[in-house]
This record gives sequence, structure tokens and C-alpha cells, in this order.
Amino acid sequence: MENQFLSMQHINKRYAGVQALHDIDFSIREGEIHCLAGTNGSGKSTLVKIISGVEQPDEGSLITIDGNACHHLSRMDALRYGIQVIYQDLSLFPNLSVKENISMGETMAAKSHFISWKGNHEIALNAMKKIGVTLPLDTTVADLTMADQQLVAISRALTRDVRLLILDEPTTALTKKEVNALLAVIKDLKKKGIATLFISHKLNELIEVADRVTILRDGEKTGCFPSSELDDKKIEFHMTGANTSYTPYHVSLASSGQPLLQCSQLQKEHNFADIDLTVYPGEIVGITGLLGSGRTELALALFGLNPPTSGTCYLNGKKLNLNSVGDVVDAGVAYVPENRLVEGLILEQSIAKNIVMTILDDHLTKFGLLDEKRLQESVAALVDELGIKIPSAESAVRTLSGGNQQRVVLAKWIATAPKLFILDNPTVGIDVAAKSSIHTIIKELARDGMGIMIISDEIPEVLYNCNRVLVMNRGRIIGEFESSRTTEDEMQSFIDSHAV
Amino acid sequence: MKQLLKRHETYVLAIIIIFSLIITSINPNFLTLENMFDLLKSNAFIGILAIGVLFVLISGGIDISFAATATIAEYLTVIVCLKIGGSMIFAFLMAIFIGILLGAINGYLIDRFSIPPIITTIATMNLYYGLLIVFSKGKWLYTLPPYFRSFADIRVLTLYTKDGLPYGISIITVIWFALMVLASLLLIYTRLGRSIYAIGGDVISAQRVGIRVRFMRIFVYAFMGAMAAIAGIVQALLVQTVAPNSIVGKELNVIAAVVLGGASLAGGVGTVFGMFLGVMLLAIVQNGMTLMKIPAVWYDVFVGLVIIISVGFSSWKAKKSKVTSLIDVQEQSPQEKLSVQGGIS
Amino acid sequence: MKLPRIKKNETTVLLVIMVLVALIMIVMNSGMFLTYNNLKGMAFQLPELGILTLGMMVVMITGGINLSIIATANMAGISAALILKAMEGSPTMGILTAMLVCLLVSGSIGLFNGFLVAYVGITPILATLGTMTLFNGVAIVVTEGYVISGFSPAVLFIGNGSVWGIPFPLLIFIGCAIAMSVLLRKTRTGFSMYMIGSNSMATKFSGIHNNAVLMRTYLVSGLCSGVAALVMISRFNSAKSGYGNSYLLVTILAAVLGGVSSDGGFGRVSGVVVSLVTLQLLSSGFNLLRVSSFLTTAIWGFVMITVMIINNIIDTKVKRV
Repeated sequence: MENQFLSMQHINKRYAGVQALHDIDFSIREGEIHCLAGTNGSGKSTLVKIISGVEQPDEGSLITIDGNACHHLSRMDALRYGIQVIYQDLSLFPNLSVKENISMGETMAAKSHFISWKGNHEIALNAMKKIGVTLPLDTTVADLTMADQQLVAISRALTRDVRLLILDEPTTALTKKEVNALLAVIKDLKKKGIATLFISHKLNELIEVADRVTILRDGEKTGCFPSSELDDKKIEFHMTGANTSYTPYHVSLASSGQPLLQCSQLQKEHNFADIDLTVYPGEIVGITGLLGSGRTELALALFGLNPPTSGTCYLNGKKLNLNSVGDVVDAGVAYVPENRLVEGLILEQSIAKNIVMTILDDHLTKFGLLDEKRLQESVAALVDELGIKIPSAESAVRTLSGGNQQRVVLAKWIATAPKLFILDNPTVGIDVAAKSSIHTIIKELARDGMGIMIISDEIPEVLYNCNRVLVMNRGRIIGEFESSRTTEDEMQSFIDSHAV
Repeated sequence: MKQLLKRHETYVLAIIIIFSLIITSINPNFLTLENMFDLLKSNAFIGILAIGVLFVLISGGIDISFAATATIAEYLTVIVCLKIGGSMIFAFLMAIFIGILLGAINGYLIDRFSIPPIITTIATMNLYYGLLIVFSKGKWLYTLPPYFRSFADIRVLTLYTKDGLPYGISIITVIWFALMVLASLLLIYTRLGRSIYAIGGDVISAQRVGIRVRFMRIFVYAFMGAMAAIAGIVQALLVQTVAPNSIVGKELNVIAAVVLGGASLAGGVGTVFGMFLGVMLLAIVQNGMTLMKIPAVWYDVFVGLVIIISVGFSSWKAKKSKVTSLIDVQEQSPQEKLSVQGGIS
Repeated sequence: MKLPRIKKNETTVLLVIMVLVALIMIVMNSGMFLTYNNLKGMAFQLPELGILTLGMMVVMITGGINLSIIATANMAGISAALILKAMEGSPTMGILTAMLVCLLVSGSIGLFNGFLVAYVGITPILATLGTMTLFNGVAIVVTEGYVISGFSPAVLFIGNGSVWGIPFPLLIFIGCAIAMSVLLRKTRTGFSMYMIGSNSMATKFSGIHNNAVLMRTYLVSGLCSGVAALVMISRFNSAKSGYGNSYLLVTILAAVLGGVSSDGGFGRVSGVVVSLVTLQLLSSGFNLLRVSSFLTTAIWGFVMITVMIINNIIDTKVKRV
């Protein structure tokens, strides 16, 4: 058996009566690439906090690290044993240079109170050499792409003697190519004997490089598997305890049906080109493609937030003014943004206020003032219709779970009775049960005659919820699939064949 | 060259040069050593306050109370010096002690109770200034200790005009420049200085690399207090009287000068050199108006326009670049952006 | 679920403090405090600061700040004074024109602020710092630093008269407060102001026209300055640049004390009114005790810090539970 770097037994953790972790055994070998998977709230971030010494486990735990046994690790212990965490937000200083960001940890740990810029330069160069990248050392980090920022964060972690590198959701903001570059770096670290722990709820990209995968569900370990034994279906089963069965969406389009949305030759430099698009009422059209394919740009264009430089769009035969969100919304277009927390919701404000934001115009008294009674009634009706579980409509949205938050966003738009509903990654970061109920809502809306576009990078999501799927790449639509006549594998290989 | 064009300081310097050329073409007295030395002396007061403001802005905070701090330090110190004799060194040390104390209170309140800095310092400004006026009864001090006069007259370099009048570099200018050099070294070459930039850039990241945020906040506001106190003494040296109400009300002008010099109210950005240029820009506008015989009533109009136009220009630029980056950078890597472009053309 | 409760606590804390202050003042001034004259004096003093604070509040709700409210008020007041002087021959027309010009000037400056913030994208604090300096300057240039004084009795009535024993400025303030309350709670624009203050990105993605709302916000703020200007020139019987400069930071203090969040998104007119009354009680009470008005200023600062500390402690307690 290979050398264990870290082994943990009987890890328990309770927060205010909630059992976050229940009797977990966990181990990482030297130079291993290990994945820790689980849905939101499965306890994976708590486990990482314990490994990195930010939190202490409850009594009775046993941790063996590098052959030394102890009950818990302190932050300093973890650093001394060479455990480095790269958080999802990367924890960089956007206002400082690459050089300084990389050397910041060393600066803070050094005995001297003075800065040696030459020394910092050396530290940064050495760290970058370890992962074989060259970034402009004097550039401000805010000017880098997400992928380069991630490399800065990894370089910073490598300035110390690292034995275990923990990466929290590293791939969410990266394009396929950038993910591949990242994985190459990780494989290289493995050769140097450095172990890597990935925390992710999206495993398909990592499964090829991982040695083992540990899956958590509701604070319990469902198992630790060699990655060769796993596939998407099995992972999902272990993560959720259930096999999600998709009911494919079929729609019979009346041949005489007027198209709902008809776009021709939409074009915008750096964004998208030659977009011809038709959506019929009652259709669910999926758009997929890798990050950076222009899907979100196109969606924003249809919503009036990213006006195309040329091309036209008609909704129900009327021309859409794509220069104004207000006009587009009035015409009957709704958009659920991917970044729910920033663009979709006002977290501090109440559920009721979030929902009525779009329908104030329809709820005025004859004096032009807001009709609070009718607004309350509308909110109550929508909350009921969508099954949003809330203590009170006056609670702040912040207090809701991810799934309920997304339902608030849906309610906000369903309230406007849109004709065309565009949803950008509507189930990202939502646990599986809530996911399928959101899909059900969407399908019901389509059956009532709404035209729907779902943008997603998960092929199953579009394939099993849409009647038609468009594939985008580099700003163009490169393929169209009838979902009843294709398979996941066929689509995946089509996309891969176009990825560079 | 490209690096230079990116830097905010380059633009401020260009504006200063243009202004200087205009003023000189109308009144050649502007570009004389005598006028320059005088500018550097009379603006030392604002300039020293600006050093403190720069630190606070870099750390991501703001301070409205420093004028009150400066006045209290100045007033108390002069009163004590009149009572017990003392010396110039003693005066500076005592003032700095008071300044640090009042500043540290700000820093503590801001960090411990997470009250927004602007609110905290407006409140402490009212508190400090109100108490000062109550206890001083608003009395001006016209007689200062004799060493205040003799110290203020020290010149490290003396030249003579054609008429035989002496002029030169005042000790006050030297104090200002020494403080700027010190501040610059502190910001660039010490861990303390880099930590200020770090907390201004991202407080949580700063905590994660082990920066003691509370200590840093208290330090920054205490430093502001110390600078305010030194500025207070310098003000006494410059005008040779102490008026409890002469400084309060200038807070926003100083902040404006520092922002003109490239510091950001969002924190994390700013240099001593830029701050110096910002202070000089406003000084030259004022000085130039006198020299060009433009009535002094126009001063605020010009300053207001300078602020709106220069800040407006950089905000407009930032806004334009943000609109495109919102969509492009998040979603596309540079290579792919290029290829889309290539595909279309 | 937690947030609204904290907000409620804030007003409760303030109400308790207001009652305490009132009781202390009544006891300390043994009988002099609750006299008609004293109450009337308070009612004449409160409106100036009160109307200006409403103008500050509305901007703070959108997450901004307006440093130019006093400069705007002076600019508008001076314009009105110049008209009044020029039209001394026809008093009625003079007053009406002056009022109109006063609101026009203040409204335009407000719109200019709105333009700088919404369309140019300058941080509100810097944009209004710039316009504050600019319009202070213009006011000095127009008046050459002199005072314009001596108005007709009709003008003086605005700031000094009473209707049915109620001071006229107080009526104006009550009118403004009600109008502001209706705007904030009962109109689309007011609703959007709160939302923009909390998250302007989400309002943009909900089809709310942020820039239009911001323009209206600063317009309303400017108009408040205009109304305050009418009260001010009438009470001082003169107009000059630099009047009321000390009010500027006090308005921020009064707004925050009244529960307006300096980050935007929250704040009610009722809270601000309670806060203004508290400040006025302190000020009048100490005045009766012949304490320096500057001690009052100091105590305002002290009360402010105390309230913020109490709120912070409650806040952390609630979070822990």
C-alpha cells in the first residue's frame, strides 16, 4: 500500500444541533489526486475546513498526518504539514501585481518587516516554474482572465513546501481548454509527489485525472471509489441516493403554427455571428456549448442587455427593440440569469419585493400609486403556484435555500406572463430534488404555450428537457439536434470534435 | 511608454504642465524659484493632511474627522507649550501623541463595531470639534511660544532676489517632503505598507494570509491622526496664530486633492507621488488665478470643474470598459475572442 | 427572517432614546421645557435641517450620498433672492416667480448630479463633492461674496409665520415628509430606489431603468434643497453662499440615526423624523440650560456612536441566535 499522507477516522461535527458530519473516515495518499464530491449541504466544505484546520472536529476523532496522530489540526499545524487551500473565490488581491500576490504569503510569514522586491520576484518566478507557466509578473491581477488568476492562486500556494493542495470548485469559471491546462498542471504536481484534493459538484471533467473519489451525502460518506469504477450515472446515484429519471419533452408543432421568435443574422463583434433562430410557442429549445461559446452573450442580446450590431428579431411578428430591456420585457421576454445571487435576486430585500419588481405597472390604484393589497395577493398566488417554501413573504431572500431562491426568480418572471422565457443555467448550484421540480415547472409553462429557451452546459439537462437542442461554438450555431433522435454520447462527441 | 500612459499620474502631470504653460504665458512670475518655493511652503499643511488621507483611502476607508483632530492637537499643544515652556520637538511629539490617540479611537470604533468609516468619522468629528470649541470657548491664540516664530523662519537654502530680499526652501517644506519620502518608503518597502494595500484590495483575502485587520485599521487611522497633528502644528507655524475654527471645513478639499491624485475611494489604489501631484494641481490653480489676476471668487468654480471633469473622465473610461468586460471576459478567453472576430471578417 | 427584525429593533432603540432624551430634558429644565414658547421654538428650528435631511435620505436609500445639498440650497436661495429684489415692484408675481426659479434651479442641479452619477458613472460622493464645490463657487461669483437681504413680509411669512398657531415651516416640513413617504412607499419610483440601493445589477436584469430612477432620485433631492432654501432665506431674511454649511454632515448623521442604511436599500421617513426630533430635543434642551451649542454638536456625535454600537451589539446577538 502506498504511503498515507493524511488519514482521518471517526470525524464528527455538530453545529448548533445539526449533524454536519457523521462518523467520516477519509484518507489521502501521497501524490494522489482525490475528488471530494457531494451536493450543496452534503458536508464537503465542513470536511475541508477540518482538514485545513479552520474548524475542529468533535471529540473522538483521530487524525493521522504524516505518521503523527492527533485529535485535530490547528490552522498553523495544517500549514506546517504543507496543506494549502485555494478557495473558490481564489482570495487574491485584485489591486496588486501578480508578483506580489504570489509572494504575499511568504512576505507575511517572513521574519523581516521589510519587503525585498527582488526576493519577491525570485519567489514568484520559482513558484511559476513549479507549474511551468509564465505570467507577466507586474500585471495587476484584476486585468487577468479567470484562468490566469487561478494559476496565480496555485503559484501562491506553491511558494511554501506543499504536500496537499486543496482546490475548491476550481472549474466552474473556466472554459474547457482552461480546465485541460489546469489538469495538466495538477498531473505535473502529482509527479512531484504533491497530492491534490478537488472539491466539486461537477465531476465529469475531473474524473479522468482523479485516482479516487469520495462521495458525501447529508453528512455521511456514501463511499470512496477508484475513479475507474465510476461514471456520471453512478456518481449521481451516490450523491443523491436516487436515480433521476428524465421524462423527455415532446411537442407536436402544428404545421400552421406561427413562429414565436424569429431572429435572422444577429451579429455582434467578439460575441456572436450569423445567428438565425426560430422558436415556436410551446417549444423548449436548448442551447449548449462550452463556456465561451457565446451562449450567454446571445441570451443577453435577446433580452436587450447586449444589443447586436446587426440583424433583426421578431416576436409574434412584431419587431423587437433589442436596445432596451424595458421594451423587450414589455414585448413579453423574460430572462433568468446564470448568476442568480448577483443578477437575479436582491438578497437583503424581502421575497415579496423581489417577486413584484417586474409587475409594479399592473398593480396601480387609480391615483397611480402602488396597490399594496393586490400586490400581496399576487405574491401569495405565485408563492402558492410555484410551491415556494417560505416562513413569510416578508423574509429576506437571503434566508432561503438555493432551490427556493431560484423559484423566487422564476416567480418574478412568471408574474409577467411572458411569451418567451430564456433561462440561463437555471439549475446551477441547486440540489437534485429541487432541480427536477424546476424542470417540471418549466415543462408546464411550455405546455401552456410559452416558448422557452434553456441554456446549459450540462448535456443531459438540455437533452432531456428540450425538444430541440442547438450547439454553439465560438459565437456561431454549429449544430441542431432533435432530442428524440439523438443520444448524450452523440452530442458529447459532436461538441468535443469542435473543441480545440 | 504604454505603462506610462496607463498610469493615472501621467495624466495629472500633463494637466499640471498645461496649466503651468498657460499661467506662465500670461504671467512669467509663475515659473520662478521664488514662487515655487512659496507654493511648496504654503501647501505643506494640506499636503501633510493628504498623506494621512492617502493611507486611509488605500486601506478602503475614509476619514472626515481629521481637521478636528488637527485643530485639537494644535490647540492643546500650543496651550501646554505656553504654560510649561517646552520646545519645538516637544510640541511635535505632544501633538502627534494626541493625534494618534484620537485617530486610534476612530479605527477601533470602525473595526470593533463595524460602523461605516464615513459615519464613524462624521460622528467623532462632531464630538471632537464640539468639545474643543466648548473648552476653548472659541478663543483665538495670538501669541505663540517664541520658538514657533524662530523655527518657522528657518530656511535650509537661502537665495536672494534682485532687490536683495531673501527667499528659499523653508524648514516646513522640508518637513512635508521628509514625511512624503517616509510615507512612500513605508508604503512600498514595508510589510505594514503592503498590508494597507492588501486590506484595501480584499479584506477577507487579507485575513486569510494572516494580516491582522483590526491592528491595521487602528494603525491607519492613528497614522492619519498623527499626520493631522503634524499638519496642525505646521499650520500654527505658517500663520503664527491658532484659531479653533480655521481648519474644520477643509476636509473635503483634502480628500478631493488625494482623489485627483489617483487614489480610489474603493480602496487599494494610490501613491504618494500621485497624491503630491493632486495637491499641487489644486495649489497651482489657486496660485495661477492670483497671478493671472482672476478674482479669487472664481476659485471654487475652477476647482469644482477640475474635480468633475477629471473624475468624470476616469469614471467614464472605467464604465465603458466595464460594460464590455461584463460579458466578454467572464465568458471568453482572449484566444477565442480573437477567433470569433476572425470568423466574422 | 432576521433582517426585518433587526430593522425593527433599530427604530425601537431610537424611540427609547428619544423618550429618554425628552424625559431628561423635562426634568433638567424643571418646567421650562414643556412651555408653548419652547415647543414653538423647536418647531421653527427643526424644518430647515429636516427638509435637507429628507433630501439626503432619498439619495442614501439608493446607496449614494449627496454632498451638494447645502450648496444647491444656497444657489437656489440666492437665485430666488435676486428675483425678489429685481421684482420688488410687484410682490405677488415676485414671490411666485422666485419660488418657481428656486425649484427650477435646485431641480436642475439635482438632475445634473443625477446625470453625473447615472450616465457618466462617477461615484456619488465624488460627483456631488464636485458639484458642491462648483455651485458654492458659482454662488460666490454671483453674489461676489455679499449678502442679499431685506425681503417683503409675505416672504418672511414662509419661515416665520404661523397658521392656527402652528409654525408655517413645520407645516412645510410635514408636507415634505408626507410627500417623501408616499414617494418611497407608494410609487414605482420609490420602490425601485430601495431595490437599486440593495443591488443595482438585479434591478437592471429585472427591466428597471436604473438611470431614470437615479435621475429622479437626485431631482427629488435637489427639490428638497430648493424648498429648504425658501425656508432658509425667509428665516434669515437674507441669502448668501455658505449659509448652513454646518448642516451638511449633520443631515447624514440624522439620516443614519433614523435607520437609513449608508449602504442603501433601507430607511423610512418615520425613523428619520424620530431622529430629527431627538436631535432637536437635545439641541433645544441644552439651549435652555444655556449650554454652548457646540456641546450639543458633541453630544449629537456621542449619541450617534452610542446608537451605532447598540445596533451592532444587537445585530451580532441576533446573528448568533
